[in-house]
Amino acid sequence: MLYFSVPLGKFVRRVSRLRGGGSALPGLVVEKIDPDFMRRTLSTLPLGVAVVSGTNGKTTTTKMVVELLESQGLKVFTNRTGSNFTRGVAAALLGEVDWRGRLDADVAVLELDEAHAVHFVNKVPPRYSLLLNVLRDQLDRFGEIDKTAELLQHIASRTTGTVVLNREDPRVARIAQTLDGPEVLYFGLDDSLLSTFPNDDDMRAAPGSPVPAAPARPAADVVLRRVGADDADFEYDGATVTTGMKLRGVYNIFNAAAALTLARGVAGARGTGTDQAGLLTALSKVAPAFGRGESLVVDGLPLELVLVKNPSGFRLGLKSFPAAGYATMIAINDNYADGRDMSWLWDVEFDTLRDGGVDQLTGSRAYDMALRLQYDDVAIGAVDTEIAPALAAFIRGGEGKPKRIFCTYTAMLAIRRELSKITTVEVVS
Amino acid sequence: MTPRSPETPHELSFGHELPPEDSAAPSKGTIRVLQLYPRDMNIYGDWGNALVLAQRLRWHGYTPELLEYNVGDPFPADVDLIVGGGGQDSGQLVIQDDLLSRESTLKQMADDGTPMLVICGLYQLFGKFFKTRLGSVLPGIGILDVETHGTDERLIGNVTVSSPEFGSILGYENHSGQTTLGPGVEPLGTTAKGTGNNSTDGQEGARYRNIVASYLHGSLLPKNPALADFLIRTAVERKYGSFTPGTPDDSYAVLAREHAARRPR
Ligand SMILES: [Zn+2]
Repeated sequence: MLYFSVPLGKFVRRVSRLRGGGSALPGLVVEKIDPDFMRRTLSTLPLGVAVVSGTNGKTTTTKMVVELLESQGLKVFTNRTGSNFTRGVAAALLGEVDWRGRLDADVAVLELDEAHAVHFVNKVPPRYSLLLNVLRDQLDRFGEIDKTAELLQHIASRTTGTVVLNREDPRVARIAQTLDGPEVLYFGLDDSLLSTFPNDDDMRAAPGSPVPAAPARPAADVVLRRVGADDADFEYDGATVTTGMKLRGVYNIFNAAAALTLARGVAGARGTGTDQAGLLTALSKVAPAFGRGESLVVDGLPLELVLVKNPSGFRLGLKSFPAAGYATMIAINDNYADGRDMSWLWDVEFDTLRDGGVDQLTGSRAYDMALRLQYDDVAIGAVDTEIAPALAAFIRGGEGKPKRIFCTYTAMLAIRRELSKITTVEVVS
Repeated sequence: MTPRSPETPHELSFGHELPPEDSAAPSKGTIRVLQLYPRDMNIYGDWGNALVLAQRLRWHGYTPELLEYNVGDPFPADVDLIVGGGGQDSGQLVIQDDLLSRESTLKQMADDGTPMLVICGLYQLFGKFFKTRLGSVLPGIGILDVETHGTDERLIGNVTVSSPEFGSILGYENHSGQTTLGPGVEPLGTTAKGTGNNSTDGQEGARYRNIVASYLHGSLLPKNPALADFLIRTAVERKYGSFTPGTPDDSYAVLAREHAARRPR
């Protein structure tokens, strides 16, 4: 049976691709006929498996880790198509292994949804895990933040080598106390940047209020010291380095500190030394992942897509991308992948949009958004729950200003589909 | 800036800010709205309920004074309206003892007819007790004749309630505690979509004197202005004898309700 599973899985993959199907079926087939396929294949990698999980920023961070490791000459296997669940990993593996089931890579870096990561690590204990944050995201799916923290704790407990933790997220940092096996490394923020990263516990702190005195924090392997317009300072190995950044938005750049910590750990494990300059060059070139603050050009004017999934992310998005000079659209869907509960909109303050107002609202919950803005005294241009006409009207209007769209996940997919009809947009399969 | 009350020193460090006041019309009076435990019980948009009360008071021509009460604070005097939210299990443990120490104050206010809105976690703790799945019992303050039992089942999704007093009420539930009502309270309504208090009797929320208790987030008040105005009218009538409403523009609320009602569970 074992000898046939890979060719059969590859065959199913090919057929399901031809039929335009998703990536899950071949993963399902190989899991059924050869349940050990994934563990067996990944266990051959000399530098093991690294799992990236957490609420916000998994996709961009995983992309960064991959590019940083590639700058070190490593061959990296990753689940690039966004199938961040176990079956998706199996399917991605089928695409990469040869007909005898061998994977030509040094290390695997896998983005995994918190709940699916638990299943994955039960099958494949990772050598590394990177745990980003626990934020209020789709609580209707996981129930409670503390529950999500437990999922991440489980990932950490199954990690055999090094666990990389966000020092500034109390629920993530606390995981260290529960571990006695793996090494723990932290990534952290300069004190001066802490106030730009509200966590859900002090979400209600008034803007500009002092950060409550935090308990002494452990030393971090990499600390983000400063964020500039197109550069940033990171401190590690006792020195501060400045590097240019293509990534926008403080939260993306904080995740760069996370990626650096993990990549330094993995590259260091080879024992052949790390190419520090190469790491920084790679970091400066990382472009945002699909829809995460990327910039397009439409009718000669910049159009930015900012993905907003939860209150902290929306607040950070509003803070990171100031409204002045931009036409603004907000697209709020409530499909399963967005989260059905609209309560989160009431935990975001929209006062920064008060001066210029919002030109266009769209999405299945456009009127929930309109209601939210009304209560923050933000003027509203037009509301249309249908995304295609709303986007067309937004692009036509705007008085020659650059444009910015804050959108939930499925709204972003719909907007990209529409945009691809009028401009070149990266399409992810 | 929100007017600050000297009795609540912690108010400065918590709480969203209200939009600046722009009305030049003379105020018909001031209503003091107290948020209960916003630091520990503020999950799922509970700020939305406080914001809606404050803004609608303005739109009706009154001046809101938003106060906060957190664990260990002195309890503010002359409160006209109370709003309290949900929390995680951990938040409920943090406020537990403090809430019990305020039992007589809150009971007195409830029996005097102070309007109150308590959502989810505070709904449960305003009841007699919360018995966890493992059998331990967290005492509540017993203002509401209800009891809650923890379960393994999480009740999640969009909810539509039909209420004899308020018409249809729209919201979103997310709870694993199941609540049953005793003879001392009325249900807020019956569920037309969703589960509500528990998975058996089709009832949602509780009504006692001027208290409205509910599992619904959403936030609850923005899409249910009739409920918000009931709380406001009651507070104003108690303080000033009569209520002269203004003319809030509820057209977005009406449309948001229509669209929300059509969304899947
Ligand atoms: Zn709840």
